[in-house]
Amino acid sequence: MGGEIISEYHLTLPIESNIIKKLRIKDVLYISGNLFTARDEAHKLMLKIDKIPFEISSMALYHCGPLMKKNGDNWKVISAGPTTSSRMELYEEDFIKKSGINLIIGKGGMFSDIQKSLQKYICVYASYTGGVGALAAEKIEKVIDVFWLEKLGMPEATWILKVKEFGPLIVSMDSEGNSLYNNHNKNE
Amino acid sequence: MNHEKIKKGIIQLIKKSQTELPKDVIYALKKAYKSETGIAKKQLNSILKNIELSKKTKHPMCQDTGIQTFFVNVGVNSPYISEIRDLIVTSVRIATDEIPLRPNTVDPISGINNMDNTGDYIPIINWNLIDGDDIEITALPKGGGSENMSKLSMFKPEVGIEGIKDYIVEEMIKAGGNPCPPTIVGVGIGGGADLSLKLGKKSLLRPVGNRNSNKEIAKIEEELIDRINKSGIGPMGLGGKTTVLDVHIEKAHRHPASLAVGISVQCWADRRAKMIIHADGSWEVK
Repeated sequence: MGGEIISEYHLTLPIESNIIKKLRIKDVLYISGNLFTARDEAHKLMLKIDKIPFEISSMALYHCGPLMKKNGDNWKVISAGPTTSSRMELYEEDFIKKSGINLIIGKGGMFSDIQKSLQKYICVYASYTGGVGALAAEKIEKVIDVFWLEKLGMPEATWILKVKEFGPLIVSMDSEGNSLYNNHNKNE
Repeated sequence: MNHEKIKKGIIQLIKKSQTELPKDVIYALKKAYKSETGIAKKQLNSILKNIELSKKTKHPMCQDTGIQTFFVNVGVNSPYISEIRDLIVTSVRIATDEIPLRPNTVDPISGINNMDNTGDYIPIINWNLIDGDDIEITALPKGGGSENMSKLSMFKPEVGIEGIKDYIVEEMIKAGGNPCPPTIVGVGIGGGADLSLKLGKKSLLRPVGNRNSNKEIAKIEEELIDRINKSGIGPMGLGGKTTVLDVHIEKAHRHPASLAVGISVQCWADRRAKMIIHADGSWEVK
């Protein structure tokens, strides 16, 4: 039952398209570079505005509503595991198209037509273990910026996080239409 | 003053619930780790590492610190009977800033976040009266991902126990990776709509690995554990042998026309901590 790991990659963002194309389900990733967090509200907001105020295509999208603490002028990440990705299904195709991102990190997978969008725009979805907030916080080196904090609040705001060897992430939906989430129910 | 002392105790209780898992849960996760390979093992490895790190750093193990939920047994002779509610609510506010907890209480109409984890009917406090002068509080913070997988079905009684079993298995397969498996599934059978859901949640207080004292129910629990684990959903829905760590069932007598089944799902981060407040204001957090 439990799938065996195929290959392990240590990648720096932004990731070139020819590498994204090579990634397959069951590969393990460790990512370094900048992530931006976005949950439902941030997706909606970024789809509405003309220009996204940061270099979005050079970053990976992280479905995460972190727990942060402010020390003086600086924000510190306390706990920052992934949130349920299926809540963002509604927006994701338009969002991939608008932002030009090619890596999405979350948990639980996405259904509906997202798989087709991943193929069309050459993008992969990688899952991080849900609930591992303390572990994730250890891999975040720096909080670079935050957008829409006042308007959306801490969990829904977009945080720009510099990460090092962020993972292990499991490629669970690749750009060739394969999904680890379709392999269930075989014994029922 | 005793009130200040008790508040410190409740904050300690909340902190413990957010940063340390009960031994029975860790034991079950380690057992699962040993039995899994590949991707599933990798998930459990991250989970076990995270548990250690959270205990060491005192940072909440999950960023979703949940809706603060308490089960309180109040001794009818406790001198704090009239203040204990306020003490719990105030402690939640202080803990939000101190631990910290993620601000998780949003008004469903205005969308405004109260920012302090309190609000209308929140924290959730389940009251129960007991003899004596102690107050026992169990904290069971519950995250949104698992809570969203809760289910209620009002069956026709002829569906019977076989129909109920199929329903629970099907719902847990549909939930897939969303509630952060391996989960603990709490089921309430009978009683009515509200009571079945309440019993399902209450059954989550039972340690992982403990069977219902009713042998017939215990057998059903074992069968369901086996059937759900055979689905292959596995840790985080990425495939594997361990989809649930346990299934707990409680029952209540039903109306002749109704057969309610309520399901409450808890993620692998089955956070539970307990405290006792004595009449002299001293307390222990276990």
